[in-house]
Amino acid sequence: MAKYLLLKHYRGAPAPVNDTPMDQWTPEELSAHVQYMQDFAARLEDTGEFVDSQALSPQGTFVRYDGEGRPPITDGPFAETKDLIAGWMVIDVETHERALELAGELSAAPGAGGKPIHEWLEVRPFLVEQPTVIE
Amino acid sequence: MNESLLQELTPIVIGVLVRRGADFATAEDAVQDALLEAVHVWPDDPPQNPKGWLITVAWRKFLDTARAETSRRHRETRLESEPIPGPGEAADDTLQLYFLCAHPSLTPASAVALTLRALGGLTTRQIAHAYLVPEPTMAQRISRAKRTVSDIRFNQPGDVATVLRVLYLVFNEGYTGDIDLAGEAIRLTRQLATKTNHEEAAGLLALMLLHHARRPARTGPDGRLIPLTEQDRSLWNTRLITEGVDVLQTALTRDRLGEFQAQAAIAALHADARTAEETDWIQIVEWYDELVRLTDSPVARLNRAVAVGEANGPQAGLAALTELDPALPRHPAVAAYLHERDGDPVTAARLYTEAARQAPSLPERDHLTRQAARLNAQL
Repeated sequence: MAKYLLLKHYRGAPAPVNDTPMDQWTPEELSAHVQYMQDFAARLEDTGEFVDSQALSPQGTFVRYDGEGRPPITDGPFAETKDLIAGWMVIDVETHERALELAGELSAAPGAGGKPIHEWLEVRPFLVEQPTVIE
Repeated sequence: MNESLLQELTPIVIGVLVRRGADFATAEDAVQDALLEAVHVWPDDPPQNPKGWLITVAWRKFLDTARAETSRRHRETRLESEPIPGPGEAADDTLQLYFLCAHPSLTPASAVALTLRALGGLTTRQIAHAYLVPEPTMAQRISRAKRTVSDIRFNQPGDVATVLRVLYLVFNEGYTGDIDLAGEAIRLTRQLATKTNHEEAAGLLALMLLHHARRPARTGPDGRLIPLTEQDRSLWNTRLITEGVDVLQTALTRDRLGEFQAQAAIAALHADARTAEETDWIQIVEWYDELVRLTDSPVARLNRAVAVGEANGPQAGLAALTELDPALPRHPAVAAYLHERDGDPVTAARLYTEAARQAPSLPERDHLTRQAARLNAQL
């Protein structure tokens, strides 16, 4: 089994095919979208492939070390930031193909007009902690 | 409370229940219930015969469940409360469990989880922790696996190769925290090798023992990888090495070579060298030839190229490498190593960087990045 991060972007990924902004969907369309993703997660819990899922606020703050005894300088949110992560799901699946298959399925969540949004999801393998034994 | 005794008895009791006619899933649940009861009762009232106690209690719990199920579904049916005599009294129940837990209808991950639970006697929480997934996720995997094998008849002969593959997977997972999966895999393989007398079971056991023996030297205190040539060989566990070599030699005398015996033979030749320079690379190449013949595995070919590089010089190793697909995992790492030995640090540094980018594990990536950094600093 290998773990993968399915990354949703507010911004930064290529534009989805069905690209109507969410605030212009009907409430029913929004509910259908949310329901689809909840069903998807529930199904993965049932197959034993679910690890974690979180949504993230778009309000990010950048922080860095800026010398001894001084408060870290913070600035943001960066409206011009190219990449903005909306949330993630972590799955633990048998193969890379399975990870791609599930990402494709998640990307088919319904959007405006009840049609799939075809959102681009980023699929990133985890680096494992323990090396496997290979001579 | 002797936990290792309970772990030891778990597969035996499940095996007895299944032979008496219980389906696997219910039997497994009944044994877990019996184990819970043992934890409560034994400290104050230790049984004379723990195994008999567990079998009796687990069988009673199975009957309770079966009766409840049965009366709910068909009130007219009465289940016979006497144990149903199994067909093969001589058959080893625990051995049958090995085959059931590694049944080809299960995915590898499910087979591993079920094996650790039913044969290893580990709790779902322990297995989930070892695999870094939430407990409900692991519980689902195990209950699906149990459902999958529930209908499988227990009287068909199993495939030892499938069981060995599952145990090999468990071993390769290494360990996290309190559960040492490598140690658990060795314990189970040792049992299997005793029960089946199969030369490849012995081969796998030898392979595991030889690898396990070198584990203390394989990583530094900070978790960094230490390559074979730089390992402190005094840290190797000579007792395990001796046992591994003995097990391997006995298996080899039967003249039925398989891939695990061949891999163990390579591991034994490494373990046998008191210094890296003493390594018998000529013989190692010969064993890799056998391994390639047996498996035709690209990974074996890649490792063979390394061995050829040591035995006949880096040019020969690079020549062996040209026959392989550059997209193979670890191909750039092997190429980097051989190019450095061939006196081309520029190419080696570039390939180490590429290898680091493709590395599947953190310690491996850090190791390869250090190699690239070391060469770049000298350029």
